[in-house]
Amino acid sequence: MNIWDILSYAAWVGAALFLLWIVVDAIKVSMTYDEDLLMSSREGMDVLDPEQSKGNSHAK
Amino acid sequence: MQNNTTTSENTGTHMNMLKVLTPFHVWALGVGIVLVGEFMGWNFSVAKGGAYGALIACWVIGLLYSCVAMIDSEVTSTVAAAGGQYTQAKHIVGPLMAFNVGLYLVMAYTMLEAADALIVGDLMVAMAGTFGHAGLDPKPFVVLTIAFLAWLNYRGVFTTLSLNFVITIIAFASILVLFIAVEPTNPGAVLQHEGLLTDLPYGWIGVVASLQFGMWYYLGIEGTCQAAEEVRSAGRAIPLGTMGGMMTLLIAATLTWYICTGLLPWQYLGQAFTPLYDAASILGSTKLQVLLFVATMFAAIASANGCINDAARAWFSMGRDSYMPTFFGAIHPKYRTPYRSIIFLVPIAVSFAFTGLLDQVITFSILSGLLGYTFMSLNVIKFRKMWPLGSIHRGYVHPFHPLPAYTLLALCSTTYFATFLGYGSSLLSILAFYIVASIWFTVRRYKFVKRGEQFTMSWPRPKGF
Repeated sequence: MNIWDILSYAAWVGAALFLLWIVVDAIKVSMTYDEDLLMSSREGMDVLDPEQSKGNSHAK
Repeated sequence: MQNNTTTSENTGTHMNMLKVLTPFHVWALGVGIVLVGEFMGWNFSVAKGGAYGALIACWVIGLLYSCVAMIDSEVTSTVAAAGGQYTQAKHIVGPLMAFNVGLYLVMAYTMLEAADALIVGDLMVAMAGTFGHAGLDPKPFVVLTIAFLAWLNYRGVFTTLSLNFVITIIAFASILVLFIAVEPTNPGAVLQHEGLLTDLPYGWIGVVASLQFGMWYYLGIEGTCQAAEEVRSAGRAIPLGTMGGMMTLLIAATLTWYICTGLLPWQYLGQAFTPLYDAASILGSTKLQVLLFVATMFAAIASANGCINDAARAWFSMGRDSYMPTFFGAIHPKYRTPYRSIIFLVPIAVSFAFTGLLDQVITFSILSGLLGYTFMSLNVIKFRKMWPLGSIHRGYVHPFHPLPAYTLLALCSTTYFATFLGYGSSLLSILAFYIVASIWFTVRRYKFVKRGEQFTMSWPRPKGF
């Protein structure tokens, strides 16, 4: 087994870990939070509710 | 439901995306998606129309995309919402067009993402070959690219687009370094334009045919609009990032053409896989070769990264309005990203990539983009009629209306003809796909669309309604 074979296996393992992480996290989120809250985003929030929009910003 | 759960119904709060992006991130999103086209792909226009034909395509298609950038900047500066052109079509034209435009966006970006991942895999195979290892399987590197970038996108837009900014700057700088290395002020010393440039080998019909591949120089710059809901100031950041990105691409495209056509004969250039890397190889500098190899890799990764960002936001927006299952309209409570859409599109991108049909995947992506641009020209004419200047706040007003819209429509029509010359069957099959999808939407899906709730912008009643 040369370095390229090792890299190939490492790539498969890395890909699996990244995908597993996001899938597990997504399942946890769905079990923890209410579906209404997760799907409560609205477009044009700046105009509709400027105060809450400020709360969603990291801008000083 | 556990203790830390709050419901929107109880509290009146909304789970929205974070507004953390600046014009630099918008620039990184747009240029990041596109710049890979300078490292490969654009040169197929040389095979169709010769070196001068490719230059004409570069500038004519540059005009097409300048119109796209101007129109997008104006409309998006008023609709600060994810979804980009989908959201524009929803507000201005109607549900069927919005559905189609949304689908174009998702297909165009997901297929481009797959093509970018394929390029990363091919580059790894080429590198292994250089070190004496033949027959490396590209698949693990293709999947790793998609998986890592999906993970990054999942965990937040700020880091995702900050990374895009860094690697896109490096890729763009490599073109500038190569330009300086070929001594542009001393023609004939390195660059051999006088001997290499020929007349149009296939006449003007060849120039028209080359327009399709001229799109590689700029395809995806319109993706900046998808950031509208996450920028601190949509009215400022979207026009600045988009127009700045377009200027960057016009410079990069022209320099790329100038370098490559001065070093490589058009017959070779027209079928090269990595023309800029090949141009660097001719110069005999190992450092330049390494730089261009790394830059090509970075450009492909930046493009895939931006595509995941954009495809997920388009899909999310369609889910939020019930154009697609509402399940996809969810926002992650910690990272504030459209996480379900990001996950959903991963297996689709991997499937496209595993076909290995780079040509077909890219052609589908280009045609989906072209359909979107065509409708954009009609959208903006209607937009100006429904909400004339002064009726709503605009962060940017594009000049000479309706000239850019008509120019865009004319150039799109010419590019359809160009595509028909080379990929007629692909064009017809893609049109058939969208017609079938439209029938499905009308018959089966439209009944679920939140017809009133989807219009949340506090705009005045449109003129004439």
